[in-house]
Amino acid sequence: MKRRDFLKNSIMVIAGASVPLSALQMVDPKEILAQNPDIHWAFLIDTHTCVGCGFCVKACKIENDVPLEANVSRTWVERYVFTKDDRRYIDSPNAALHGYTDPRIDQGIAGMVDIDPENVGKAFFVPKLCNQCLTPPCTQVCPVGATYKTDDGVVLVDKKWCIGCGYCVMACPYAARFFHPVTHVPDKCTFCYHRIHQGLETACVNACPFEARKLCNIRDVNDPVTRIIMTDRVGILKDEFGTRPQAFYIGLATEVR
Amino acid sequence: MMDMAYTVHGEAWTLKELFVLPNEYVYWSIQIVMYPFMTGLVAGAFVLSSLYHVFGIKRLKEIARFSLVFSLALLPVAMMPLLLHLSQPLRGFHVMMTPHFTSAIAAFGIVFLTYGSIVVSELWFVYRKHFVLTVMELKAKRDRTSLENLRLNFNKILTLGAMDISEEALEKDHKATKYLAAIGIPVACFLHGYAGFIFGSVKANALWMTPLMPVIFIMSAVVSGIALCILCYVVTQEIRKFMAKRKMSRWGKDPKAPSLEQLQGAEQGGVAIASNYLLYFMIGAVTLEVLDIIFRGYTQVKSWDILGTVIMERKFVSLWIMQFGIGNILPFIMMVMPGRTVRRTVIACILVLFGVFMMRWNIVIGGQAFSLSFAGFMHYQLPIIPQDWETFREGLFGALLVAITPFVLFWGINKVMPVFLDDKGIPSSVGSVPNGAKASPAVD
Repeated sequence: MKRRDFLKNSIMVIAGASVPLSALQMVDPKEILAQNPDIHWAFLIDTHTCVGCGFCVKACKIENDVPLEANVSRTWVERYVFTKDDRRYIDSPNAALHGYTDPRIDQGIAGMVDIDPENVGKAFFVPKLCNQCLTPPCTQVCPVGATYKTDDGVVLVDKKWCIGCGYCVMACPYAARFFHPVTHVPDKCTFCYHRIHQGLETACVNACPFEARKLCNIRDVNDPVTRIIMTDRVGILKDEFGTRPQAFYIGLATEVR
Repeated sequence: MMDMAYTVHGEAWTLKELFVLPNEYVYWSIQIVMYPFMTGLVAGAFVLSSLYHVFGIKRLKEIARFSLVFSLALLPVAMMPLLLHLSQPLRGFHVMMTPHFTSAIAAFGIVFLTYGSIVVSELWFVYRKHFVLTVMELKAKRDRTSLENLRLNFNKILTLGAMDISEEALEKDHKATKYLAAIGIPVACFLHGYAGFIFGSVKANALWMTPLMPVIFIMSAVVSGIALCILCYVVTQEIRKFMAKRKMSRWGKDPKAPSLEQLQGAEQGGVAIASNYLLYFMIGAVTLEVLDIIFRGYTQVKSWDILGTVIMERKFVSLWIMQFGIGNILPFIMMVMPGRTVRRTVIACILVLFGVFMMRWNIVIGGQAFSLSFAGFMHYQLPIIPQDWETFREGLFGALLVAITPFVLFWGINKVMPVFLDDKGIPSSVGSVPNGAKASPAVD
């Protein structure tokens, strides 16, 4: 082959190859998703209306295949009891799976504590779940990229790729992650990603009898829940970590961490 | 059975007191204590050997070769605790396939392999002459047994075909060793400083998060590495002395074997200078560790409420008495007191190793001794009798497995690369090499 022919052929091959290559770029799924930046999921919790029934916890465990008996949960409810003589008690037995039917406070190996109802200054419930942070520390530390944030703002775990090092569990300031007793990899709240994609509510929102939990698209200013976040005074958990949580709270007390 | 199936990871060894969040357990347990302890030993052993190779501290010559071989024996063991810790160990190689570089762990494979290749190539340059001599000795033999044939071929492979042992060639080897050792120091520090970074960068954990963490880790790594090398060096020397006294093995037949007095002298010289370096690094390590605690106590940010309780009350015994008292101050006094003997140094080294282990323990377990809610505590109970695979790998026996492996490996490696060579580079196995073979490498 002459040099001239060789160069000619080379140019043809390069030109020919660049056509399918540019076609590949056109169907990049990321670009298609980026064309629809109108959805960003957020959560609103009204601590005033939560009564600690634990329906959300039960619904979540059933919906997301987390064994009911396992002492871990994607969402949980905490009980805060402050006495008039300024003692503070917090508990969340079984992640509040069975609700708060026992007035005693569960202090782990320190036993159960009886509180005189006359002495209670204030008491309230705080439901918690993954905050789906804008700058999540959990995805940052994953050594294999098995946990990631979707473009619509939900942090997910790839159960089949995760090596189970537990770094993400340690990195989460909210203890939203745990080792799933069946899959043996970290598991966490996904805002019921499989449901909200189909236009359904999350299992916990569905189960809450008092509308203490609400899901919204924070990019949609016409969404009534988004409006509350925009106009009302809402708080977030542990903002000192710079994680920019997307779960907002009405009536958040400073003692809640 | 139902209960067993749904025991959550961490539940078997965690006790919760007061308010601990439902998903909180001691997830990083004994193997994560072993991981920085073992990598620390690797890095420390290498730094000690580099003191001779790079800075030319002549009196460390013998202990330097020893610690280099030892760091090779420790090398695979640095990875073991991590694999034993993973809940999906078979997927461990994913770290190499899709490294996610914003994670401090992602670079582990790369740093580890870089460091490993430096150690292996440095050892090759140090031992090339020995391999060549072994090959020549075995070749000179007329009637070789099949085992000797195997050894011959194995050593031939080890030489990689570089059979030149002229003065110039050996000088080049020496130079290469020096360069490799010089590159190795920062890499060893990186390997370990980065283990410190893994902890120091976890912003969720109030105890771990400090930029001092990597530096503290490097310092204590060097301390533990030197202590272990002194300890093992003395133990092997004692075994040799014992054998020399009884005229066991080669001492019985070989007139060139070192005498009891020679061994004694070499031992004292090496140990004395190595333990001085141990003292310097110990001062650095303890200063930084105490500085960290003082700084936290003085600034009293929000987390101090619970950290103060953990440091001053809950972990008082394991931190102040076991780590600083028995593990640092006591051996320090033992070593600076006049009339230091080898025996006293050895006891001090054992205490130092214990102290560094306790430091890792207090960081890893202590960092999980309190809840993220700052309203409760977690107690860690080391599983002793394994109930299942999980309590084995994250229990006492898993940790012991990690602790014993380097010594087994060292024994094996020592067969191929004998640690104790005399000045001419002739090891015990080639003690009776024919004169002709030594003079000319071309003999066949």
